[in-house]
Amino acid sequence: MGKPALKEVIPESHPHPLEDLVRMDRIPHIWCSGCGTGSIFTACLTAMKNTGIDYNDFAMVSGIGCSGRGAGYINIDSFHTTHGRAIPFATGIKMAKPETNVIVFSGDGDLFAIGGNHFIHAARRNMDITVICVNNFIYGMTGGQAAATTPHNARSSTTMGGNPESPFNLPLLAYAAGATYVARWTMLHSRDLTDSIEEAINHKGFSFIEALSPCPINYGRRNKEKPLDSLKLYHDRTIIKNNADPGELAIDFRKKVILGKFVDVEKPCHDEEYGRMYLGETNE
Amino acid sequence: MKPAVLTGKHFINGDIACAEGAIAAGCLFFGGYPITPATEVAEHMSERLPHVGGTYIQMEDEIAAMTSILGGAWTGKKTMTATSGPGFSLMMETVGLAVVTETPCVVVNVQRGGPSTGLPTQGAQADMMQAKWGSHGDYEIIALAPSSPQEMFDLTITAFNLSEKYRTPVFIMSDEIVGHMSEKVVIPEPEAIKTFSRVAPDQPTENFLPFKPGPNGVAPMPAIGEGYKVHVTGLTHDEKGYPVMSVDTQAEMMERLMGKIRNNLDDIIMTESYLLEDAEVVVVSYGVSSRTSYTAVDMARKQGIKAGLLRLITVWPFPDQIIKDLALRVKGFVTVEINMGQISREVERCAGYRVPSYLAGHPGGAVVPPEEVVQILKEAF
Amino acid sequence: MKYWRVPLDLDEVQVTRGVVHIIEDRCKGCGYCIEYCSRGVLEFSKEFNKNGYHPPRVKAEDCLNCHYCELLCPEFAIFSTELVAETAV
Repeated sequence: MGKPALKEVIPESHPHPLEDLVRMDRIPHIWCSGCGTGSIFTACLTAMKNTGIDYNDFAMVSGIGCSGRGAGYINIDSFHTTHGRAIPFATGIKMAKPETNVIVFSGDGDLFAIGGNHFIHAARRNMDITVICVNNFIYGMTGGQAAATTPHNARSSTTMGGNPESPFNLPLLAYAAGATYVARWTMLHSRDLTDSIEEAINHKGFSFIEALSPCPINYGRRNKEKPLDSLKLYHDRTIIKNNADPGELAIDFRKKVILGKFVDVEKPCHDEEYGRMYLGETNE
Repeated sequence: MKPAVLTGKHFINGDIACAEGAIAAGCLFFGGYPITPATEVAEHMSERLPHVGGTYIQMEDEIAAMTSILGGAWTGKKTMTATSGPGFSLMMETVGLAVVTETPCVVVNVQRGGPSTGLPTQGAQADMMQAKWGSHGDYEIIALAPSSPQEMFDLTITAFNLSEKYRTPVFIMSDEIVGHMSEKVVIPEPEAIKTFSRVAPDQPTENFLPFKPGPNGVAPMPAIGEGYKVHVTGLTHDEKGYPVMSVDTQAEMMERLMGKIRNNLDDIIMTESYLLEDAEVVVVSYGVSSRTSYTAVDMARKQGIKAGLLRLITVWPFPDQIIKDLALRVKGFVTVEINMGQISREVERCAGYRVPSYLAGHPGGAVVPPEEVVQILKEAF
Repeated sequence: MKYWRVPLDLDEVQVTRGVVHIIEDRCKGCGYCIEYCSRGVLEFSKEFNKNGYHPPRVKAEDCLNCHYCELLCPEFAIFSTELVAETAV
């Protein structure tokens, strides 16, 4: 039986399948070669596409920092706010127009140092937004200063003798604060990450996804970790363990780093509760 | 369920009147945080907003409260927050974002004595300069100073109208005394209340320029979900809303942002005159201080001093020209305010070296007694 | 590959085939697509793109259209499309 001739199928008028979701007039983006933010951003856009939701029903909000530039590249209503304030801005959108699917795309410094208080309160309220945190363990844009996620002993431009502090366990923090969907992936686990973001968008309530990413210039260089070394760690030193105890999720690449979906529970979200208790809306 | 406009005569305090003004103006979202003496605004909004299908949320701090109302404003709704000094300081960061992203919103500051925690339960007017210069960078802002519960109602509506018209944050610079004072407030019929909403774009969604100004220097404002796919950033940006880090873009953006206010002073500036026609000395005042200033002018007149009062309803932008014109024909100015010299400096600046300008100030916690104003008038002129 | 048990319909099974498209000038040369292509389809080009990076190039026409490079690429610079049998169209 002879093989039939093969014909290439190219989607019409779309050179790259995500071009309708990207502000192509702003590409190339600012992210460095080897940075994982672009991969996580691609996963986010792909997930949004996969949901089939009208792009006009989305809004993206970012804070400040490298990943905070995400809002500037997505071709939907998008808001690049002040440092740490993406979540309260997103909260305002959600409460004033609850039918909007609001995605917060920002970094670890933005969401967990300067914006940490906003994060825990949005989680506590079960505000129906999706928070994607690009965790590169460092303040990248300002040149590599220690962050709330920098591993103990790691070198940064402000801890050249090693970081005396210890980092947050972000999924544990999110869980403890009341997030109803919590997952962690790396930028290398693109498919799981994409599926997880899609699930998080469809999840009613506060969903949080931590996505690990290399920062070759400002973290890698000082810690003798080339971009491909980081990806090798993500490949070799991670283990997928869904529903793992959030208490076990501290990141230490000398041991196995646990990835997966840890929390996925149903609980009425804030706008539903407000609508029911104050606006006389009935939950379907 | 009460209607948006509670037509009739009420005996309510300034904070409540302010909240009723907001509801009457069409406010549908309030991000709050409790602080004395502004808490009643938030409390009343939390009760009233559901009556008109609006939403109240109590945020985790004033930074979040202020930021949430910007998010709310981009959904097309009118939004507001209220605070006092310490919260006003925290909000300053986001005031800058509101200015640069041209997001309409109303911020009420029921001032109390400072610095820091200061005198939480006693009035002051010491955040007046902060209202103008509190956020970093250069900008123009609109600030109104109500002097009674009735004006808390009226000027809150005006604040929304100006904010929607010029796409800018507008401050209500009230104080504890006006906020907590109960007086008769007359709320007119809904038809008699003039409200203004932002101009929506009528262009096609493709290639829309969300920051390209219309004829009055203000760009039509799209809302989330309308298909305009706007990008809004706190970075220096072009008419498309895209960040451009260039000197030319900065100059163009700044000139436009400043120009919106500076080219429309006649529309924005509101003042009231009392016995100014033949006045030889002018008392300048605003907010609660203007209440004692009327008495001071009357007392001075009785003692043969030809005093008149200029009451600033709009404090920012400052009515430079009015003071400059007065300086040509009067002997001097006395500014009455509950601080150690803020707006008096503006008066001094506008009076130039032509005529002297004095301060009848107060460190905070009480109003300036009219006798003190008269004393200064007597000694100085 | 030699199977110890051969599926009965082996000769009818159509493995998906794909074509890799590289938008060379968008590439920043991180090499992730090359390193993590499960079929080893890509290698660094000797040529430079307009920004001075070596983009990937196809060394073996062995793409299965799994889209992994497309998802991993931080630059929207690579994607694949399916090759379908003419008779199936």
